[in-house]
Amino acid sequence: MQRKQRLSRNTAYFVPYVLWIALFVIAPVILLIYQSFFNIDGQFTLANYQTYFSSNTYLMMTLNSVWYAFLITLATLLISYPTAYLLNATKHPQLWLLLIIMPTWINLLLKAYAFIGIFSQAGIANQFLSFIGIGPQQLLFTKFSFIFVAAYIQIPFMVLPIYNSISELNASYVNASRDLGATNWQTFSRVIFPLTLPGVKAGVQAVFIPSLSLFMLTRLIGGNKVITLGTAIEEHFLTTMNWGMGSTIGVVLIIAMVIIMWLTGGRKRRSGKGLTK
Amino acid sequence: MKKLISAIIGLLVVCGLLAFGANHLERTSGSTGAKVLNLYTWGDYIDPGLLKKFQKETGYHVNVETFDSNEAMFTKIKQGGTSYDLTVPSDYMIEKMKRAHLLLPLDKNRLTGMQNYDSRFMNLAFDRHNRYSVPYFWGTLGIIYNDKFVKPGSIQHWDDLWQTKYHDQIMLIDSARDVMGFSLASMNKSMNATDPATLLAARNKLNRLSPNVKAVVADEIKMYMIQNEAAIAVDWSGEASEMLASNSHLHYVVPSEGSNLWFDNLVIPKTAKHFKAIYAFLNFMSEPKNAAQNAEYIGYATPNAPAKALLPKSIRNDRQFYPSDETIRHLQIYKDLSPAKVGLYNDRYLEFKMNH
Repeated sequence: MQRKQRLSRNTAYFVPYVLWIALFVIAPVILLIYQSFFNIDGQFTLANYQTYFSSNTYLMMTLNSVWYAFLITLATLLISYPTAYLLNATKHPQLWLLLIIMPTWINLLLKAYAFIGIFSQAGIANQFLSFIGIGPQQLLFTKFSFIFVAAYIQIPFMVLPIYNSISELNASYVNASRDLGATNWQTFSRVIFPLTLPGVKAGVQAVFIPSLSLFMLTRLIGGNKVITLGTAIEEHFLTTMNWGMGSTIGVVLIIAMVIIMWLTGGRKRRSGKGLTK
Repeated sequence: MKKLISAIIGLLVVCGLLAFGANHLERTSGSTGAKVLNLYTWGDYIDPGLLKKFQKETGYHVNVETFDSNEAMFTKIKQGGTSYDLTVPSDYMIEKMKRAHLLLPLDKNRLTGMQNYDSRFMNLAFDRHNRYSVPYFWGTLGIIYNDKFVKPGSIQHWDDLWQTKYHDQIMLIDSARDVMGFSLASMNKSMNATDPATLLAARNKLNRLSPNVKAVVADEIKMYMIQNEAAIAVDWSGEASEMLASNSHLHYVVPSEGSNLWFDNLVIPKTAKHFKAIYAFLNFMSEPKNAAQNAEYIGYATPNAPAKALLPKSIRNDRQFYPSDETIRHLQIYKDLSPAKVGLYNDRYLEFKMNH
């Protein structure tokens, strides 16, 4: 009797959560998919998908988006893993972590404008280049600056999960590996890295997926030299008002994200928890 | 946790009290609650001094809300739930709103000062006999250049942009109609062309401009040009006038072979409620003295002829912003195209952006 009551109370706790998910996650996705089957005149059609998959522009754009998201993720990972690793070895990791997270408290737009100031012709970066004798360079509106700024913005989201999985790592595994004669590199590649892989995967998810549809930075920092699917979605919703086509691109992005989740997720739970505890 | 919760509650209470106080203050200082006018306009598009003067003269308090694109404004008014009394769409959008039955016709008997408006800017194709709209500002699309990098007078026509010496020097405004439009104008085609082959040719010509294009950006152009970041930009006259005011090296050119002529007109959306205030405001803005004050503050060209005469000579005779009749004759107003045609423009434009 009592048990039954507790059970129903537990389900009651779930109601807000389920409502939230249904209203704000599932319903919008269904609406998006529904919308993608209508053309600009409001007729039911599959033409949007046909256009998408037969248009050079959209396919190139998809390729572009994935490629740049990959580069951003790679750059972020290369910086974040060593950072997280060293962070774990410092005396006050929480303080350093706080400093890394701090930039996320500032609005993205403000950060982008700050970079415009740094990278512009008369900006600090160019002043420095002139000072060391290289002379001012065109920094803004290059692919490099786009990846640089995007990586800067994403780093906290990569550092956090990696740091967590490194700090959860049981030191005795590392000691055991050393005792058994493994070199530093072997210890890292055979023991530490595989054990922290769940954190890396979570970080990759957190960075790759938003990077796929970055669109404000493509204009502000990239000067539209980098075009991603986000640019096309913005245009379809705001200027052409072809919501069907915009939704179609949205659906393709969602599918791409599901694929990424599936590729990077999967065995996370089983291998992760089992070994570290 | 408890501390955090009490801190958050405290913040909310303080914000709530402040908001209540501000609201109360606004109501008491803004005379009676019903004497208001809800103006929905572009950001920074009216001299705040005029709003104060209007309130002093008529007693109506003007609530200003802003939008940043015609399309955003259209969507918001169409969805309803708003109570805007006046808004300021551009030419093609007036046509579109008219077709969507979002506008109320003007009651000409209640309007005074309509004779002040230059006949060249009245009775245009987007609103015949000005049944729905009163001119507010007009302007052009043109080329801004910096005389530190470009010899003054060496850029006169659209085709000059294609010269190889301007490699990586040009900034374009991120707008499909305008970028495709100047490519069309440079080929002596109509800026309202909808023939797919013509649009394809315009895109191909733009692709050849790609090596010269430094960036395709939006409002930031203003900041970049003022900071000497680029030598040349393609932008609207209103933006140009702000740039010129902050950097004396900049010049604005309207190519004489043709460019876009645009209008922002005051219209009454169907959500309007305060009709007395609306007509008071329209008549107030038609007064030459007020129109001139507004034009001097905003820096756009006024369609009000006596108001133009009141402006300082340096503004009135500035060929950059008040082009010659000869140039005006070659300017073209955008027509409201069907969604499919707008799509065509955007697809070609997207292809150009991919290419560049």
